[in-house]
Amino acid sequence: MNKNWEVIISGSGGQGAILAGIILAEAALADGYNVIQTQSYGPEARGGASRAEVLISSEALAYPKVQNCNLMVAMTQESLNKYGGMLAPGAILVTDEEIDTSSVPDGVIVHKAPIFATAARLPRPMVANIMVLGIMNTVANVVSPEHLQAAIQARVPAATIQLNMEALAKGIEIGQQLV
Amino acid sequence: MANKKLIQGNEACVEGALAAGVRFFAGYPITPSTEIAEGMAERLPLVGGAFIQMEDEIASIAAAIGASIAGVKAMTATSGPGFSLMQENIGFAAMTEIPVVVVDVCRGGPSTGTPTKGSQSDFMQTRWGTHGDHPVIVLTPSSVQEVYDETIRAFNLAEKYMVPVILLYDEVVGHMREGVVLTKPEEIIERKKPSVKPEDYRPYAAAEDMIPALAPFGTGYRYHITGLSHDETGFPTGNPKAIQGLLERICGKIEANRHDIIKYNAFDVDDAEAVILAFGSPVRTARHVQKEARARGKKVGLFQILTAWPFPHEALQEIYAKTQASFVIPEMTLGQLADEVSKSVPRDKIYSVLRNDGEMITPAQLEEAVRRVLE
Repeated sequence: MNKNWEVIISGSGGQGAILAGIILAEAALADGYNVIQTQSYGPEARGGASRAEVLISSEALAYPKVQNCNLMVAMTQESLNKYGGMLAPGAILVTDEEIDTSSVPDGVIVHKAPIFATAARLPRPMVANIMVLGIMNTVANVVSPEHLQAAIQARVPAATIQLNMEALAKGIEIGQQLV
Repeated sequence: MANKKLIQGNEACVEGALAAGVRFFAGYPITPSTEIAEGMAERLPLVGGAFIQMEDEIASIAAAIGASIAGVKAMTATSGPGFSLMQENIGFAAMTEIPVVVVDVCRGGPSTGTPTKGSQSDFMQTRWGTHGDHPVIVLTPSSVQEVYDETIRAFNLAEKYMVPVILLYDEVVGHMREGVVLTKPEEIIERKKPSVKPEDYRPYAAAEDMIPALAPFGTGYRYHITGLSHDETGFPTGNPKAIQGLLERICGKIEANRHDIIKYNAFDVDDAEAVILAFGSPVRTARHVQKEARARGKKVGLFQILTAWPFPHEALQEIYAKTQASFVIPEMTLGQLADEVSKSVPRDKIYSVLRNDGEMITPAQLEEAVRRVLE
């Protein structure tokens, strides 16, 4: 099947956007696609807008950055304001229900979900990034759920696997309600 | 596909170095190179090697040179500000002919510049950062796979030619993750060993190939090493003939082997009207643009530099003589690469695409330049 995803996962530094991007890329590689993951962040360790970009394609990839974003996760208002303009017509946007999406270009499919309200009820809200991966993948069907799960298990700290699996399951559940 | 691993450029550098046999790393963390130090700290003890975090970059390269002359493959890694501090000892390694691999993951400069963003503006510094006529080899990978392969080649060339080798790649390549295959190296080169008895040993009495056999310290060969101009014994000399002879030999051993050291990829250049010439991450933009141009029937080629120094002038002269093509040069500097190319291609055939704001040169930007050149 021909696949061509140009994904941006954005948030505030420390929210785990880059880790989410790495996990998505690893799952897509396991699915047999060509992948490139890049990132953009500032010199600060926390805060500031940070983004991971993931290209997933059945074709060979050369240029490593997103040109026509057809799937975006925005975890903060600042990141949506900063990167929203990169959304191509027909793209899918997954964001929190609290975020103002009125400036998103026409023709973008917007999915608003109670990301942070749900994450706050989990034992550690920092797994919101993994929950978002679950939502995004359920809505957009980017990678196989098995490989997504395996990639999360391989990349998160061993002691937090159970917690992250719960976050993933919650994300999938939310995603199913959205579509 | 299944055996491909998703790793970062900097992680591929660690893997390549280990595959080449590195057993010593001394460094001081600096963005965007720190993952190399982190990986080495984790991995070297597992293979009987040593990792030291030094007090600064001057000490880091000094420690690596020291480990190397004890017979161990050694390296350090840094970025612009640290690379500036390392310059004097790069010259020391070149002068004393001690192999060492120095990785410069290039960020924006000058000074502390733009730590988290890419640039290629250390290009000329890799060649001429240290003072004096000196030999150096600089390799410039553009993908995670190439970082792995070129790191192995860096160690091989350092050992073969007894010279510092610099691996130069930008932040984009260092932090990018791609699927790679970590194949076992086809060839691992170890430095020459002395073939004479300790009492007959003259460390810098190089054979016809101009490459000395430096005995690892502690193996029974007593000799002197100095950054001063020295003769075959390794002791300082003021003899004009010996001074000039030394410089001609240490530079000559690289010049005489350009064919072995220089590596590049030429795509569709034979009939090209425009050749995009690049190294590092702009190669990625260039390949994208070049393929699309060919698909539209445009005669566009790509020349990818993998060995930046010595610079592949012969190949460029040959391409230009054959095609009279225009050269479009995207670089993340204010024109350093184009300047060097102008030694082989007429100035009025060179079209620069310059960007040094931390962002990659985009396909749209390069396409526009190629379109204008073809008009």
